[in-house]
Amino acid sequence: MKELSLNILDIAQNSVKAGASVIKIDLDESDETLGIAITDNGCGMTEEQVASVMDPFFTTRTTRNVGLGVPLLKMEAEQTGGGISVESSVSEENHGTVIKALFYKNHIDFIPLGDIVSTVSALIQGAPGIDWVFTHKKGEGSVELDTAEIRAVLGDDVRLDEYEVIKWIEDYLKEGYDSLT
Amino acid sequence: MKSLEELAAIREKMKGKVVLREGSGDIRVVVGMATCGIAAGARPVLNAFVEGVNNEGLTEKVTVSQTGCIGVCQYEPVVEIFEAGKDKVTYVKMTPEKAAEVIEKHLKGGEVVSKYTIAAAVE
Repeated sequence: MKELSLNILDIAQNSVKAGASVIKIDLDESDETLGIAITDNGCGMTEEQVASVMDPFFTTRTTRNVGLGVPLLKMEAEQTGGGISVESSVSEENHGTVIKALFYKNHIDFIPLGDIVSTVSALIQGAPGIDWVFTHKKGEGSVELDTAEIRAVLGDDVRLDEYEVIKWIEDYLKEGYDSLT
Repeated sequence: MKSLEELAAIREKMKGKVVLREGSGDIRVVVGMATCGIAAGARPVLNAFVEGVNNEGLTEKVTVSQTGCIGVCQYEPVVEIFEAGKDKVTYVKMTPEKAAEVIEKHLKGGEVVSKYTIAAAVE
């Protein structure tokens, strides 16, 4: 991938397919590291599935036997000296998955985060019924978005994937990032 | 600064439109957004369709949505267009520029842009 924001888009799509109703994307950035955590309350994976999810030739899809999303993220994190972890539960009361990745930003093989605003807007556009909670902590500041708050204002009549709403979300996030720099 | 008041204004503005949209969506534009599509550049293509459909005033009849792997990874980004009573059209190796042309000619004009279809790509 050319940008880590594309990996985030890709991994979060797995959470959508897992039937999650809440998906959290947390970025924690310091001068030296970038931590990415994607947390969902989807159907979760068994221990066996978690063990094999790093394998590019593992997928739950039935149409073909290749799943590259998690292995790509793992490779990209490890090539900077970092790594990833996957925790998941299929228990009835507490199912879901957390994927965490740590990147060392000063490593020559670190791939830039890229256009994270487009990733967040594409995710909301594709799955407007899900509660998306996005947080990017950078030094002392942070950019935050919770679609539950937006939905509380919009009510049930207006969907989050209406163009004006998506545009508002993009502009809101861009303003947040402008205020960080 | 973006404010929640602006969102409330959007809600008021959209109230009338929501009723109009019921039963619409005659044309469905579906963008493949699996790992293969994303890596090949599907995100800017999706954005180009979302923005272009809105800017051209086509939101009443065109819906833009996302799907997983369409199955022809070597031709990503892939965009499928479904229209009632017509054959599905599959556009391949899409870019935002090609998307603008498809919006203009196909979605607005009803004319398939043959040179970007999978049929042209495999010839």
